Amino acid sequence: MLTQAHAAVAETLKKASLLPLWSPQAQFAGYYTALERGIYRKHGIDLTIITGGPNRSPSAYLANGTADFTMLWLTTAMQQRSAGVRLVNIAQVVQNSSLMLVARKSSGIRTPADMNGKKIGLWGDPFAIPPTVFFTRQRLSVRTVPQSYTINLFLRGGIDVASAMWYNEYHTIINAGIDPDELSLFFFKDLGLNLPEDGLYALEKTVRRDPALVDSFVRATLEGWEYAFSHPDEALDIVIKQMRLARIPANRTHQKWMLERMRDLIAPRDGQALTGALNREDYQATGRILQKERMIRAIPDYDAFTRRPDVRR
Amino acid sequence: MFGDRSIAFKLILVITLCTSLIFTVILGYSYYRSKSVLQRELENNARNLALSSVNRVEAVLASVTRVTEGLARSLENGRYSHRELLALLKDTLADNPEIYGSCAAFEPDTRESNARPYAPYFFRSRGKIAYNNEDSFQYLRQDWYQISRELGRTEWTEPYYGDNGSNILMASCSVPFHETSGGARRVKGVVVSDISLEWLTATVASIKVLKSGYAFLLSRNGTIVTHPSREMIMNETVFSLAEARNDPGLRALGRKMISGGSDFIPYTDLYGRRCWLYYAPIPSVGWTLAVVFPEAELLAQVRSLSLTGAIMGLAGILLLTLAVVFIARSITTPLRSLAAATHQLAAGNFDLELPLVRSNDEVGLLAHDFQAMKESLKDYIRNLTETTAAKERIQSELKVATDIQASLLPRIFPAFPERPEFDIFASMDPAKEVGGDFYDFFFIDDTNLCFLIADVSDKGVPAALYMMVAKTLLKSEAQRLGEPDKILSSVNNILAADNDSCMFATVFCAILDTTCGEVRFANAGHNPPLTIDSTGIGYLTLESGFVLGPMPDIVYTTQRLTMQPGDTLFLYTDGVTEAKNRKEELYGEPQLLDALRRGPRDDLTETIHFIRAEVTRHANGAPQSDDITMVAITYRGSGVTRGSA
Repeated sequence: MLTQAHAAVAETLKKASLLPLWSPQAQFAGYYTALERGIYRKHGIDLTIITGGPNRSPSAYLANGTADFTMLWLTTAMQQRSAGVRLVNIAQVVQNSSLMLVARKSSGIRTPADMNGKKIGLWGDPFAIPPTVFFTRQRLSVRTVPQSYTINLFLRGGIDVASAMWYNEYHTIINAGIDPDELSLFFFKDLGLNLPEDGLYALEKTVRRDPALVDSFVRATLEGWEYAFSHPDEALDIVIKQMRLARIPANRTHQKWMLERMRDLIAPRDGQALTGALNREDYQATGRILQKERMIRAIPDYDAFTRRPDVRR
Repeated sequence: MFGDRSIAFKLILVITLCTSLIFTVILGYSYYRSKSVLQRELENNARNLALSSVNRVEAVLASVTRVTEGLARSLENGRYSHRELLALLKDTLADNPEIYGSCAAFEPDTRESNARPYAPYFFRSRGKIAYNNEDSFQYLRQDWYQISRELGRTEWTEPYYGDNGSNILMASCSVPFHETSGGARRVKGVVVSDISLEWLTATVASIKVLKSGYAFLLSRNGTIVTHPSREMIMNETVFSLAEARNDPGLRALGRKMISGGSDFIPYTDLYGRRCWLYYAPIPSVGWTLAVVFPEAELLAQVRSLSLTGAIMGLAGILLLTLAVVFIARSITTPLRSLAAATHQLAAGNFDLELPLVRSNDEVGLLAHDFQAMKESLKDYIRNLTETTAAKERIQSELKVATDIQASLLPRIFPAFPERPEFDIFASMDPAKEVGGDFYDFFFIDDTNLCFLIADVSDKGVPAALYMMVAKTLLKSEAQRLGEPDKILSSVNNILAADNDSCMFATVFCAILDTTCGEVRFANAGHNPPLTIDSTGIGYLTLESGFVLGPMPDIVYTTQRLTMQPGDTLFLYTDGVTEAKNRKEELYGEPQLLDALRRGPRDDLTETIHFIRAEVTRHANGAPQSDDITMVAITYRGSGVTRGSA
């Protein structure tokens, strides 16, 4: 009886997969928590979260259908759309930019102008877009060095300025023994480049085939985030378990920091419930930057690009 | 309270308290001293342990560094074909068992448009040497390539987990090699030696300090590379721990630790135990080896030492107390038995055996002296008993003599109740048992009453004997001769006849004719009596007369006076007027006269008793030095009858 019942339930569940932007960490606490707490199942989805990482490109996984849902930065998604990939923004989770540049005050860098002639560590796209635009705007001549996934090159003094995510590398630097007051910080959200980051994407055909699934997925995800923010310890346990499974060094203190920053980035400033809506002005501003940088020819149509999620529960 | 306690108790209390105090002070001092000594020793131990481990690790890392730098120099100076390069890398790996993998990664040749990644890599796999060539330019972004390339110098990477499936903890030594083309020196590539850190983990884990002390290793970033708790390894940095524990002190300590110094400091470890921490850098890689040992264990050693000391000390104090008890008892036991014995002695039991004390110490001497004292006391008391017995015999004889003497003197008053013509009363109080004063009165015929008072020179028995003789002579001669002058000269001649002792007596001798009140009297050197009549009190005027006894043939004169009825003659010896008080003041004649005036007159008994009481009052407790004798006679007239006065 029971197994039959289970089977019946399992049959009614729709299978779906998600590839996060990176390997398991608190940046994705909402998704892992929703999965672990059975929120996706509650919403009728039998979700598989594919372990992300440096060798798994979300846009590639989405394009070739390996993953039904992925996460992309808005700039990447717009470039993909311009390049002909029929993807759709089904929810904008991180509405703000958390990308920053970090420099040691001892290297004499206190203002953006001080970066002139210095070695700057940059990741690849989409992470290089805001700094590149910024240097152009500020007319700064800098030596860029490809930056790896560690901040060791910066710590050893191989570069003067490092790229960092506020929720991740910045804290890693702090936890390598450098005090905050020894650093100069440059947040792009404060430098006129507040580009939305992690958004959820699906192919148009997936949306067309099962819009209800897409809505359920977004609803469950937002619910997962709300649960994670109100139960941070449980959420951290879930995240760290995932990290251990993926054999990634896990530091609870670091993950706690990350979860708290994600809350700063995701939770609406007006105390409203999460909507996951992509702000039209943010979209247009990002499009104009990409156009100016010749990264896209034209800004894709907002209404075609986005699917306003129905998050009424 | 304390003063009531026995000597033994005081000794034990004081000695035990003092030794306990001294012992406690010494123990406390030694506790702190040994604590600091142990701490220093432990610090040295920790330092030596850490440094020897550092040196062991450093030796390996330095040799790997040298090998890698040698490779880089070879690649700079020599031109190697692909095969020669592979052989060089493979031989290097084969010759250096501590190296896990060896790689030469080349910069993409910017002059070539179609540059291919070139990074031949040899590594150990299941006991063999395996080969791998990187097929992408991924390595250009790897720390092991990038850091030493950017810094242009030898660099060790942070520890990392190998990503070739082995998932072992590794670290890499990278050395850039250069080429000079067209006068410009540029990086041509980076030579890398990978090492497995398993041996390092084992080395650090083998560092044992006391029982629960341990060592851990920090990378340059403060990442925990080895630690007894495995979940810390590569997951935590000293700074994330500080953040988790909200401990700014630990963060500051971490910053000091990774800055390349060494120190020995107190530290609270992750389990909340108070510890000591010694840390020192491993120079090649800039990592930090730290040795931790719990203070509790250090203190446990000191405590066990102190406990042993305390037990020994307590045993010692106990032994000392027993010894003191023993000594005290050896002193006090004989003392106590001596005390008990002397108690008996004091009660007068001189025949008991004193306890035998064999020792020659003070107690022995005391016991010996007590024995001697007992003996001499016994002798003394025997003597005293004998003397006392003799004295008592004499005393009793004297008593008898006193009685005899007293019985010689007329003592019954009224002496002549059948004779109303006169009243007479007399008293004699000898200064000693027997006196030299005497008085007498007797009728020499029906109407003539002889009465006299005498004072023999000297006192005591000789005087008494003399007095007996004198009295007897006086009475017999008075009976025979009937006149005072004759009586005195006769008695004087008899006494002077063989008076070797040169004794003498003063005598006032009188004869009262009871029919008419005439008194005939003669005086032999006695003090004049007092007359008490209607005119008052006065001295009887006396012819001078020499005392009885010293020389014969003295002539005395009889004088006469007539007493009116009611007149009184008061005879006395100098014992009355010369009675002294404690201030040596004499009673004196003025006082006597005054007393006679004040005192009762009608009854002679009362008069004399009154005077006697006055003299006693004057003496006020001073011993009586001379016999006190008084005779008073009142003439009542011939016609009177008893009871019709």
